[in-house]
Amino acid sequence: MGSNMAEQHPVGFQWVIEAKERGAKVIHVDPRFTRTSAMADRHVQIRAGSDIAFLGGVVNYIFERDAWFREYVQHYTNGPVILKPDFQDTEDASGFFSGWNSEHSAYQIDTWGYNKSTGEATAGKSEQQADVSGEQAHGAHGMKLSAGQPPDIDDSMQDERCILQMVRRHFSRYTPEMVAETCGCSAEEFLEVARALCENSGRERTSAIVYSVGWTQHTTGVQNIRAASIVQMLLGNVGRPGGGILALRGHANIQGSTDIPTLYNILPGYIPMPHPQSHPTLDTFVELNGPDTGAWGNLRPYIVSLLKAWWGDAATEDNDFCFDYLPRINGDHSHYAMMLKMLDGGVKGMLCVGQNPTVGSANSKLIRLALAKLDWLVVRDFQPTESALFWQDSPEHESGEVRASDIQTEVFFLPAAAHTEKDGTYTNTQRLLQWHHKACEPPGDARSDLHWIYHLGKAIRAKLADSEDPRDRPIREVTWDYPVHGPHDEPDAEHVLQEISGRRPDGSFLESYDELLPDGSTTCGSWIHCGIYKDGVNQAARKKPHSEQNWIAHEWGWAWPKDTRMIYNRSSADPEGRPWSERKRYVWWDGDAGRWTGLGDSPDFPPEKEPGYRPSRRAKKMEAIAGDKPYILHPDGRAWLYVPTGLVDGPLPTHYEPQESPFSNPLYAQQQNPTRQVFHRPENPYNPTDGEQGAGVYPFVLSTYRLTEHHTSGAMSRTVPYLAELQPEFFCEVSPQLAAERGLEHGGWATIVTARQAVEARVLVTDRIKPLHVQGRAMHLVGAPYHWGGVGIVTGDSANELLPLALDNNVHISEYKVATCDIRPGRRPRGQARLALVEDYRRRAGVKS
Amino acid sequence: MKLETIAWPGSYGDQAKPRMGFFTDTSVCIGCKACEVACKEWNQIPMSVQGFTGHSYDNTIDLGANSWRHVAFIEQRKPVDADGDGSLSQVAARASLAEDQGLATYQEGDGIRWLMASDVCKHCTEAACLEVCPTGALFRTEYGTVVVQEDVCNGCGYCVPACPFGVLDQRQDDGRVWKCTLCYDRLKDEKEPACAQACPTNSIQYGELGELREGAEHRLAQLQHAGQREARLYLADDDDGVGGASAFFLLLDEPEVYGLPPDPVDSRRELGSIWAATAAAALALGAGLVAAALGGRR
Repeated sequence: MGSNMAEQHPVGFQWVIEAKERGAKVIHVDPRFTRTSAMADRHVQIRAGSDIAFLGGVVNYIFERDAWFREYVQHYTNGPVILKPDFQDTEDASGFFSGWNSEHSAYQIDTWGYNKSTGEATAGKSEQQADVSGEQAHGAHGMKLSAGQPPDIDDSMQDERCILQMVRRHFSRYTPEMVAETCGCSAEEFLEVARALCENSGRERTSAIVYSVGWTQHTTGVQNIRAASIVQMLLGNVGRPGGGILALRGHANIQGSTDIPTLYNILPGYIPMPHPQSHPTLDTFVELNGPDTGAWGNLRPYIVSLLKAWWGDAATEDNDFCFDYLPRINGDHSHYAMMLKMLDGGVKGMLCVGQNPTVGSANSKLIRLALAKLDWLVVRDFQPTESALFWQDSPEHESGEVRASDIQTEVFFLPAAAHTEKDGTYTNTQRLLQWHHKACEPPGDARSDLHWIYHLGKAIRAKLADSEDPRDRPIREVTWDYPVHGPHDEPDAEHVLQEISGRRPDGSFLESYDELLPDGSTTCGSWIHCGIYKDGVNQAARKKPHSEQNWIAHEWGWAWPKDTRMIYNRSSADPEGRPWSERKRYVWWDGDAGRWTGLGDSPDFPPEKEPGYRPSRRAKKMEAIAGDKPYILHPDGRAWLYVPTGLVDGPLPTHYEPQESPFSNPLYAQQQNPTRQVFHRPENPYNPTDGEQGAGVYPFVLSTYRLTEHHTSGAMSRTVPYLAELQPEFFCEVSPQLAAERGLEHGGWATIVTARQAVEARVLVTDRIKPLHVQGRAMHLVGAPYHWGGVGIVTGDSANELLPLALDNNVHISEYKVATCDIRPGRRPRGQARLALVEDYRRRAGVKS
Repeated sequence: MKLETIAWPGSYGDQAKPRMGFFTDTSVCIGCKACEVACKEWNQIPMSVQGFTGHSYDNTIDLGANSWRHVAFIEQRKPVDADGDGSLSQVAARASLAEDQGLATYQEGDGIRWLMASDVCKHCTEAACLEVCPTGALFRTEYGTVVVQEDVCNGCGYCVPACPFGVLDQRQDDGRVWKCTLCYDRLKDEKEPACAQACPTNSIQYGELGELREGAEHRLAQLQHAGQREARLYLADDDDGVGGASAFFLLLDEPEVYGLPPDPVDSRRELGSIWAATAAAALALGAGLVAAALGGRR
């Protein structure tokens, strides 16, 4: 669901084909019939943005048929935990959970916690308001629980206020009929999927759910995935072979750039970025962000080892290990927040590395207007991109709104090396790191990112060498001394990997994060990656073929944490430590040897903790995790059916309509996710949604997406001859019915219009796009790949020009997958007339501009 | 299986290698076009932007001098029954049929299916292109494949109409004929052809022709057993019009659906009757001339 795996992950899809050859049933639930649907046993078409309704329907089906895995749910999830008496569900409060603060458009989450527990959000609770970011949003890594035990539990799971019953009630109205009405598929199609999932789950069987960016790019993105998690937990499909939820990432190594983040709000290994008010000292940071129990109970060793890796000898017990040197975040500095601040003149310069936001981001015009407010812009890419050339070529130049001579931004273009021209790792969806070796030198002045950032750092440090200013000390004292080689002084990437893996006091390499110490004697650049260089060997570079080892393939690459190929694999055994079934055995307890054993994977559990172990009342950290609680990153060791802390938009997924939708919410009076981020300003107008005047002006659903033949914004594919020619022009996909309704001609041109922009595309009329019947009306989808722009061998209008900024407030991702639009035959007007067309639509729809 | 051609293996003696070929199993093709790109990259074939064609996701159109692999995309609306239109209830009915009878097939669902297939030069057992080549530029390699030598080809173009598949094509700027070499250079280094190596789902399989055919028969039986009654092998038969081919295919529908000739014939097989017809015509003409000349004397 929400994945076009065959097109976006064709190499990984070979394993789906192989599984299918071996009898697996492949079901594709998606708004479009794609190359993935073509290979599946079954394709069920649903309306874009209705995933929670569909999955909620599956949850309801599981309860109706009593198909849930009782033993798994009772012992391994928080299903038996009793909630606070003042918690109110959306079913009780017409689409809101308890704690809604309409003034801040945010939830106070005090009532969401476990009964008789306090401090749900260990971090920043007092500051929780509309501006949520970093630790403020995520409540760090769980609540304080004495001895890792939820205080109030009903193991029979009959209590009305226990989580299992709460989940059951929450989804009780998500019936097959409601699913059909909301999603536009038939009840029979829905039932076939629900039945298949239930029949293929249990002791003997497991089912996996695969999702990709299609699920994340919604104002309910995080909750889409949460809904799948609930299904998988109820069916006992997590931590077991053949189960799980596979998050296929948007492009190569996005997983790696989250683990060691290029994000503003986390440090390596998902340690939250500190906040200026709540974290004056390391002690308070650890106190507020680390729960006392579970693997996060060791936050102090993790962060101290990180600080030691970064500031070396300068980091001492006396100066809090340079904790003060870490930047503090005082609000939302995510991509769009930054762009809006830029638009308001609040950002001087930008380093744009391997990103092409004027094509890849929503509301491209707003992005370009923001870039024009910069003093300087550095773009590092293979070739000048639309973002590098925004000052001389854009739709605003064509319309006469902007002249190159008026843009004061100074733009620097730096050529970048490709992955084949440098050493490094890729991390894939199951946390597997694979080393890649440089195959050839980069051409001309092109350099690796590592080379650029290292030498830039050196140049800055040289300038600050004599500075006495305290604010320069973090830069002056940072460890920045990688060995270099070759004619261009290329830093040694393996040396960076060694720093990430970490060292003992004697300089030898650490084996696992269990060895990290809070006293500053160990160093480790990322605790989850600790051991990737154990025994002085680049573990990620191991490439023993699968034919020469068993299927777990431990000698191919390295997976965090501790080379665990399947995370939470303690749940592949029953509470007593026995395999759930012979067929699905993976990790189990060997009573004679007194340790966990199995088919060969590293147990994701303390190796000698027996299944019957129970923590003492004063137990902390991993000591507080009982022998039958596999989810060691949670303070209670349980998987969370219901999320008491960590999400800003509710503890349970709830169907809300997208920001722009031709339909009203059939389940709740509240139309959209109440916590979504919207920005009402002239550069970012919204189409009216169903129920608002003028909604009919933009009657169709628009979805933007990608094709196999191109890569994201096209900067890496429209510039390559053999890729450019495969999909040479921007096209849109429409059903024969919509084509007839709007007079669109196959192979001709169409103009797609929203309140933001009008773009032109060639028309592909296809049966693969099917009108759906929703709420008694036809729903038409306009599909638009977004790969084109003004630069390259093949060019064209860009589909993302059409989208507004409407974000999920948990992670600030934009709703690329659903908006509304109109479509009309023929090419778009040129120059001023293009603006006039957009303006005419706005006027008719009553959109202020 | 015959496998032998006129020149292979006989003319190579102990230099002959096993006859190598492609088995393209279109039932697992995901239409990623990695074969097209890998082929162009390895063989340094010029770019050929042809614009948006509207033929589903196919903008390559056909095989030619600058496209040695071509992935065809065919969108089909398959009626659920004789007069069905693929309505939701009918689709659901068909789904339960699938469940009851174990009918699990690729590229179907929702009453539509999307066929994808990667086409290539067939390297025929009876290769007319090779026989009509006056310069010897086209030759049969020690692997039993058919290759154009670019430094010998003089651009006469005789081979172009001789090919029953329309594979041979002259490059516009230099006039010479270019086509798949089954990566002759890579084979000599004991590497598989670029397209086969790039194919993620093993839709393009490279190997010894005899073994490939055995595997293909097995695969066909499997698919037919699963209800794919229209599945068939194409060019895997020694007795077909070209004597079988080094590159053969598993198709899920009639060859015409994929733009392939249903019954390709080595054009030389007609030579006897063509010459006979020519002789008859010449005789008739001669007789007429004689008659005219004689008549004129009167």
